[in-house]
Amino acid sequence: MKLTLHVWRQSGPTAPGRFETYVAPDVNEHMSFLEMLDVVNERLTAEGKEPFAFEHDCREGICGSCGMVINGRPHGKTGLTATCQLHMRHFSDGEELWIEPYRAKAFPVIRDLIVDRSAFDRIIQAGGYISARTGSAPEANAILVPKPAADWAMDAAQCIGCGACVAACPNASAMLFLSAKVSHLGLLPQGQPERYERVQRMLEQHDAEGFGNCTNHGACEAVCPKGISLDFIAKLNRDMLASALRAPVAQE
Amino acid sequence: MELNAHVPSGPIESKWQRHQFDMKLVNPANKRKYNVIVVGSGLAGGAAAASLGEMGYRVDCFCFQDSPRRAHSIAAQGGINAAKNYQNDGDSVHRLFYDTVKGGDFRAREANVYRLAELSANIIDQCVAQGVPFAREYGGTLDNRSFGGAQVSRTFYARGQTGQQLLLGAYQALSKQIAAGTVQMHARTEMLDLIVIDGAARGIVTRDLVTGETKSWLADAVLLCTGGYSNVFYLSTNAIGCNATAIWRAYRRGAGFANPCYTQIHPTCIPQSGDYQSKLTLMSESLRNDGRIWVPKQAGETRTADKVPEGERDYYLERLYPSFGNLCPRDIASRRAKEQCDAGRGVGPGGGGVYLDFAEAIGRLGRRTVEQRYGNLFEMYERITGEDPYTVPMRIYPAPHYTMGGLWVDYNLMSTIPGLHVLGEANFSDHGANRLGASALMQGLADGYFVAPATLGHYLASTKLAKVDLDHPEVKRTEEEVANRTRRLLDNPGKRSAMSFHRELGALLWEKCGMARNREGLTEALRLIPQLREEFWNDVTVPGTGESLNQSLERAGRVGDFFELAELLCRDALEREESCGGHFREEYQTEDGEAQRRDDLFAHAAVWEYAGEDKAPIRNTEQLDFEYVKPAQRSYK
Repeated sequence: MKLTLHVWRQSGPTAPGRFETYVAPDVNEHMSFLEMLDVVNERLTAEGKEPFAFEHDCREGICGSCGMVINGRPHGKTGLTATCQLHMRHFSDGEELWIEPYRAKAFPVIRDLIVDRSAFDRIIQAGGYISARTGSAPEANAILVPKPAADWAMDAAQCIGCGACVAACPNASAMLFLSAKVSHLGLLPQGQPERYERVQRMLEQHDAEGFGNCTNHGACEAVCPKGISLDFIAKLNRDMLASALRAPVAQE
Repeated sequence: MELNAHVPSGPIESKWQRHQFDMKLVNPANKRKYNVIVVGSGLAGGAAAASLGEMGYRVDCFCFQDSPRRAHSIAAQGGINAAKNYQNDGDSVHRLFYDTVKGGDFRAREANVYRLAELSANIIDQCVAQGVPFAREYGGTLDNRSFGGAQVSRTFYARGQTGQQLLLGAYQALSKQIAAGTVQMHARTEMLDLIVIDGAARGIVTRDLVTGETKSWLADAVLLCTGGYSNVFYLSTNAIGCNATAIWRAYRRGAGFANPCYTQIHPTCIPQSGDYQSKLTLMSESLRNDGRIWVPKQAGETRTADKVPEGERDYYLERLYPSFGNLCPRDIASRRAKEQCDAGRGVGPGGGGVYLDFAEAIGRLGRRTVEQRYGNLFEMYERITGEDPYTVPMRIYPAPHYTMGGLWVDYNLMSTIPGLHVLGEANFSDHGANRLGASALMQGLADGYFVAPATLGHYLASTKLAKVDLDHPEVKRTEEEVANRTRRLLDNPGKRSAMSFHRELGALLWEKCGMARNREGLTEALRLIPQLREEFWNDVTVPGTGESLNQSLERAGRVGDFFELAELLCRDALEREESCGGHFREEYQTEDGEAQRRDDLFAHAAVWEYAGEDKAPIRNTEQLDFEYVKPAQRSYK
């Protein structure tokens, strides 16, 4: 099949960007979307032009590196998939595609389709962990975790940190990402000691990074490649409320 | 090259305990005076950086990805082994040790393997404490599954995303240290060379992948945790960015490279669909617990799977290996699949695949149970192939997946360059000639959480290092060499992309040095690779500049190093005139086609020493003694 691609080109964070148009004349339905882009880039290279940059690594939907907005939708139209596992059989001959980077204040463009998502790392650094010094752990089966809790925690823990939720949100909120981590850790007995302090600190960092507030649109859940549920945001809100009502955690 | 493994004396059960006591310690207050560089942020690097930071060392951690959470450990699906014996099925440290040595076809160092088995239980404890959501039984205890090469159930798992969950555990521990200021994280920063001063590893040279800036970093010790080199084959299950540059540059600076020919071809990957293909996708080996592998008995079969009656199917692994069946080790499962396809019994487009069938399992367990166990893998398969594995058998084919070879290290995980420690897949230590499933995660975390944090202190406490600064001539020289290489790539007036060269190199290597190797093919490869390498340096084109984010430049540098590594790989494969584990030389096989080791001649690690540009490298050996597991012809029948 033949496709027309309008790809966002931008040489740096402050440089003005624009769409450039390329034709992909020989797209095979078995290709992945990124392989289709590879072929276009290989042709640009052979013509002595500079290929467009896009982030990718594992190409099996787990590292969370890839992510772009395809015709207005992060990771494209199929749902429950990262861009790297989107296959060309879902497209048809003659289609025109607009390919853009994620657009959010907290995710500045680095180049072309690549954005800076280090804000996510800083949110985790603010409290998205359970403190467990190496070597200090008790025997694993000494901590019993009811199967439903473990399964539910795993549903949340699956988040790959790709940032599609932010790109889809009209407020550019990262609440789905944040709630997934808060829920993963908060559902487990090991996560209880730091549970309420964690939620406060992570939320504070979330706001400081310039992400917007959650107004329950649900666009995040719709584009999440791992199907992280909006219920986790409700859970986050309950933890947030509970933490506000509790006596403040003793500070040093 | 001196190869002293520094294995502690005494019975194997107490070597590590004793060694821990014998090693020198760094006083808690003195740890902050030491600066340690950790390259890579996967299971080994992430765990090491977090643990060392927590202990009080000043750590600089580097990764080429945009975040330490993206290292390729994240893609491991199936699980992690540990000798907990929670199933009461006869497991023990000694059995895990035994299985690993045997699975590796008696080409690993016993003392290292024993320590790995010993530490396996602590890893599970550590990960559970961090909140890794392992699968649970209804009573709340941990669940286990079986994996290839073992007759006990000792694999812990988190659905089909065990690597992801373990890595996020390490990443979160690392994040805590970053916030505490003990670890400085440098993402989007690639190591391009090692700085060696007065014979010791003292730093690295990096390129900032956003600004293009070349920069040197100094330290008291360097830890390479940069993974394996399967991407030398171009098509592999590794992430696109996985590369050998860090270990290759260290090799060129004097670190011995052990057993490069030990490469693992994973039996259960989705077959290739076309020339444009950029990577191969692995389906977890855990699928072999319930899936049955078969091909039609008739070569050139044209009927679809459902039309082939039971009696005309060959469940060849169950037939050849009645006691292990579909759960025989990876090297065997891969080679047998190739054999079937070579004989014309392969299935799918081009005959490049075998069936992995769940019909029997669905009948026995019900669709719901199968869905619970493998749901996400089935979805992934369907997403990629467009076929529904609940109704149509999966098609699988082997693909390069893991490299047992790597930089040589002693018992303390130190390479032949003092101060340069190598952890995880980047080293050669624990898996011999073949790694068992669910053992990579175990090794990465054992090295990172427990071994290196102990042995590094010993090195620092027992070594006197001169103060060096960034003006040191060796620093300047290394920086300049890096800059020259980058400039050479950028200024090259060629026409072909690095990717196209990489693809050609990979195809050549897969053909001549893939699942089965022979003298003729390897000799041919050793003639062709240097030619292709020369063509690469003459005709590669790298668009863009060095002062900005330039993915073409990143790729070209990595491919340049793969060319050199490919040659060493073939050389090692040629010189090892035996078959063992993942290294199968057609000249050396038993009558029924099993790998034939030659213990009298090759019970050693081959450690290659760089001798200079265009000079043949020197092959040194470390003799492997087997006191506790007697080498025997591996039998999985």
